Amino acid sequence: MAVASEKTRSAYAPAGLKPMITQTIATEHFNKRQGAAPVLLRTVDLSMRFGGLTALDRVSIDVHQGVIHSVIGPNGAGKTTLFNCVMQGHRISSGDIQLAGERLIGLTPDKVAAAGIARTYQNIRLFTGITAIENLLVGMHRHLKSRWWEAVLASSRCRHDEEKAHAEAREILKFVGLAGRGDTLARHLSYGDQRRLEIGRALCTRPKLLMLDEPTAGMNPREITEMMIFIRRVREAFGLTIVLIEHQMRLVMEVSDKVTVLDHGVKIAEGDPAYVKSNSAVIEAYLGHAAQRQEHPA
Amino acid sequence: MTATNALPERPQRRVRGRVSFTTVISWMLRITIVVTLLASAVSSVLKDRYSIDQWFDLVAFGITIGSVYALIALGYTMVYGVLRLINFAHGEIVMAGSFAGFFVAASLDSTGALNRYPILGFAAMLAIALLVSGGIAVLTERFAYRPFRHAPRLAPLICAIGVSFLLQQSFRGFFGTGLRSYPDPDWLMPPVSIFGFDVPAVQVLVVSSAIVVMVGLYLIVHKTRMGTAMRAVSEDVDVATLMGINVDRVVTFTFALGGAVGGIAGVFYGLVFKQVHFFMGFTPGIKAFGAAVLGGIGNVPGAMIGGIFLGICESVAPALLLDGFGIPAPHQMRDLVAFSLLIAVLIFRPYGIFGERLARRRG
Amino acid sequence: MTTAVTTLPVLHPARSLARMDMTLALRAGSVAGIVAVYAAAVGILKVFGQREVIVDHLTLGHVFLFSLAGACGAYVWTRSKASIRLRVINVVIAGIASGFFLVALIALMANVNLRWMFTALSSDLLRSLIYDRGAVGGSVLFLGAGALGAICGALLIGLPQTPRRCLVWGLSAVLIAGVFQELIQIALRFGWPITSLRTFLYVWRGLTLQGAMIAFATAFCVCWALDLGRRHLRRRRGPADIDVAIPRLRSQLASAVLLLCILVVFPLVAGSYIGQVMMLVSLFVLMGMGLNIEVGLAGLLDLGFVAFFAVGAYTMALLTADSEFALAHYTSLPSLTFWMALPLAVLAATGIGILFGLPVLGVRGDYLAVATLGLGEIVRVLVISDAAKPVLGGAQGILQVPKPTIGGIELVDPMHLFYLTLVFVLVAALIAWRLEGSRLGRAWTAIRDDEDVAQALGINLVQCKLLAYGLGAAFAGLAGAIFAAMLTSVYPHSFSLLVSINVLALLIVGGLGSLPGVIVGALLLIGLPEVLREFNEYRFLFYGVLLIVVMQWRPEGLWPSPQRKREVRTPRLG
Repeated sequence: MAVASEKTRSAYAPAGLKPMITQTIATEHFNKRQGAAPVLLRTVDLSMRFGGLTALDRVSIDVHQGVIHSVIGPNGAGKTTLFNCVMQGHRISSGDIQLAGERLIGLTPDKVAAAGIARTYQNIRLFTGITAIENLLVGMHRHLKSRWWEAVLASSRCRHDEEKAHAEAREILKFVGLAGRGDTLARHLSYGDQRRLEIGRALCTRPKLLMLDEPTAGMNPREITEMMIFIRRVREAFGLTIVLIEHQMRLVMEVSDKVTVLDHGVKIAEGDPAYVKSNSAVIEAYLGHAAQRQEHPA
Repeated sequence: MTATNALPERPQRRVRGRVSFTTVISWMLRITIVVTLLASAVSSVLKDRYSIDQWFDLVAFGITIGSVYALIALGYTMVYGVLRLINFAHGEIVMAGSFAGFFVAASLDSTGALNRYPILGFAAMLAIALLVSGGIAVLTERFAYRPFRHAPRLAPLICAIGVSFLLQQSFRGFFGTGLRSYPDPDWLMPPVSIFGFDVPAVQVLVVSSAIVVMVGLYLIVHKTRMGTAMRAVSEDVDVATLMGINVDRVVTFTFALGGAVGGIAGVFYGLVFKQVHFFMGFTPGIKAFGAAVLGGIGNVPGAMIGGIFLGICESVAPALLLDGFGIPAPHQMRDLVAFSLLIAVLIFRPYGIFGERLARRRG
Repeated sequence: MTTAVTTLPVLHPARSLARMDMTLALRAGSVAGIVAVYAAAVGILKVFGQREVIVDHLTLGHVFLFSLAGACGAYVWTRSKASIRLRVINVVIAGIASGFFLVALIALMANVNLRWMFTALSSDLLRSLIYDRGAVGGSVLFLGAGALGAICGALLIGLPQTPRRCLVWGLSAVLIAGVFQELIQIALRFGWPITSLRTFLYVWRGLTLQGAMIAFATAFCVCWALDLGRRHLRRRRGPADIDVAIPRLRSQLASAVLLLCILVVFPLVAGSYIGQVMMLVSLFVLMGMGLNIEVGLAGLLDLGFVAFFAVGAYTMALLTADSEFALAHYTSLPSLTFWMALPLAVLAATGIGILFGLPVLGVRGDYLAVATLGLGEIVRVLVISDAAKPVLGGAQGILQVPKPTIGGIELVDPMHLFYLTLVFVLVAALIAWRLEGSRLGRAWTAIRDDEDVAQALGINLVQCKLLAYGLGAAFAGLAGAIFAAMLTSVYPHSFSLLVSINVLALLIVGGLGSLPGVIVGALLLIGLPEVLREFNEYRFLFYGVLLIVVMQWRPEGLWPSPQRKREVRTPRLG
């Protein structure tokens, strides 16, 4: 598995986030210690029913710290529903979800975000009417401590806070490759830029766990490669754990440490990419469809 | 939360704010409401201020006004189903129908024709009201709402408020600020006896015609091609378009249908309250919207039931609930009951009492 | 009306083009004619007819009808693709068509009694429409005037830009000088040179013909000179410098302050009636700034805003009034002064806002509008009911609320109260402006754009929405308290839904989210109808039209905030 060199990493790492990086460089050697890393996100027998439709049926997934964990499956397999359930966007029917041992059930999404999960969306959901940097600043909302009356009185703490936030936002902007485009309206950015800005916005909440919902949807092969490299860089630079929903088999096989396959809301296989690729149930349920849909099975 | 015991060392650290503040408030509110309602109902019944006749009158009136609300609610529910737009002007469309019916009735009355040919006269009132209201609804859609078909959600709503005021104030300008009283034909004078209770003929007429209209509407929506197209559009606009449904035509049809039913409701409203006024459409409009939400917005039979439920509540509740507290003049509080119900529905059951068909796509 | 015929026959392009143009002309003429008939039926035409622009020569009604014909002429001229000769013919046809509808109305009115149905269609209107010339003469006059108006409109639109702009300014100057003659005459009352100018331009009833000519000529020349100057500048600097960069937030505040300065000086010049009007305007500006936080920044459409206004007013009355309903009258509480009661009134409004907000703010989007509307109505029904009469005074209201005092001087003059309110407006503007660029302001924007995403980013929806709602309620409560002191009484009838709609309309017209927009909106929607009193009756009709027109053609408002302008005006890419 390719690892970004020391040089590139430091070039992209935001200044304010350096301590986090040194702390988690150990994840580079994840492959050697797989299984030893603690579980960050755990779903236990998670079920989600909409009326008569069972979108998720007793799904148990362990996401270990520091990995890139892909969730794949045909359309309607319940992948995005899984994300929504983790974020507490839906009230789950039964089961349990824990982040680093803390139960998430019953929290509101903002509390889940505070607990350390951030996500992106399949159809990009940026705040389109405001600029790129303002989008990032919204992501930083939770980390700015000044109260509203301080803003009214323009207190020094508030001004200091704002300056710091802007500096950090500019760093992130550079990291996602949008340096100098901070004043562009989000909707005027190109598709790929919007994708990366959305990931940048998620990073601004300083998550432990980043959930990416089809980050390469609608991209051409070259862009997909770029996105692949970018996702790895995000993991290295921020020391994150990443859960990835993907359709692009090439990306999944190259970038993931572990793959979970869902089909009709049921987990049908789990393991490292090589195992999943050769699993007969997966080939039957998923890769068969994928081949028909003319995607790129690796 | 079953099957969690699969994990033996399940940690139980409480995260702050697990039970959010709003949830607590919301439950406190529910409990308070239920307790107050029960207490006041019990004390009212114990006081025994009203005879059985009076209760029957209240319920009968509630059903009458409720069936009018139901007809109005149909317009809201169909338009919301198709466009996801609260047609704020619908109350004014009802008012227009009421005015149209009034002018027909008044001109027939002045020649004496209204008394000589009751059925013909009544039919003429309904027909003209239906045409006028349907026409206004279609025009409104064409010129005020269509440009906003794909606009962000606030814009069409504000425009709808504008349309509501434009219509209301136009009628004020056209027909003056005074009240005009509906003619009172002789054939509506004698009361009808039902189960040994005397019920005003107007109420019988209104309820029975409303039922006919509702059945007709139900058949149109569920049995005709256009109705099917309408339901398809309200299910999913994009897919309906792909299936070759002309969305513009469906929307126009929806407005025409909703407006026509609203116009009939306007005539009934005028017959029940015996007067027309330019501001008369507003309050029943808002209440009927509550009824539509109550029945599950987009749900045609739901709107009918919601309307009748609202009517009965509004009619009975002041006597049943407020009298118990010794509140003076409880019948001034009819609107209060209706609006409280509206807000309670919006807060606690925004998807209506029949479930959440549209829950996923709303908002 | 704008949808042109799209199916073109292939064979005779020239003839079909001509026919298409004819349809265009007839359609434009019909629209103008229908608008004219509508204006007549609704009664606006009559009111317009009573307002003289030039004494004994021209009323606003004439201007209205003539500009209707002009507009449809101009429309046909720009849309028509035929040869010049055909175009002229089409313009004339459009003009005649526009006049024809009123002629038909006149004929109808002369023969049928429409009065029992349409109250405005009186014989009075008929007479004033045809200038006492008889039905036939009047009809000919109408058709001729329609054609002439259409030709004028077409000519105007056909002119090059500079003379057109100067002409329009000149005509507008005459219109303004004529319509606002009372105001201008009062403003011109100081000093003999100005007084003599006044007597030259005006008689006591309005603008004279020579006055109109002078107003026209002055505006025309000034506009021309400005245009020359601008062109000269552009030639020297090059066109690039003219394009202004996107204005920052700071310039928003600057323009708001500039507008406020105008507000400060204006009543000094214009007399005490205007002072009273401005007082009302400033109250609505205050409320507008409150509602702006809710609707403009946080996207919470609140139609029950008047409830907080009422709470503020009633709190003020109950705490300070010298009446049997005052709290001091039947409890041991002392009767408070205006200044002690003011913070309490604001607190009460905020408290009610938060109390209402907690359950209601979970309601989403358009449902919130209806829920808040219901809340506003509930407050109104409660206040007016017999049940609350022992406490709130019922329909008779609470009387004898004292006026505020500063240093022992009672502020009796509305002008003083106006300046007092203006101070509060400044404070409110500052708060709104500071918050907009702050962390909270960004959170509001995010909630407005996409609630779910905002929440998933860690924004506490309840807290942020409540803050917006509470701040809005506080401003409204403040306005209500001042309102009670201004009127020295509170009546339930002052707190109808129409107040909420008023505030919403002025926000929309001025520009959602824009501070100077609030002021412009309040001046236009509150100030103007007070100055032109006879139109007061049609005020909400104009509001309705304005809401529709502004939402369709200028959704960012008359004085938009830079952000809103960006959102609305820049095209969506990708």
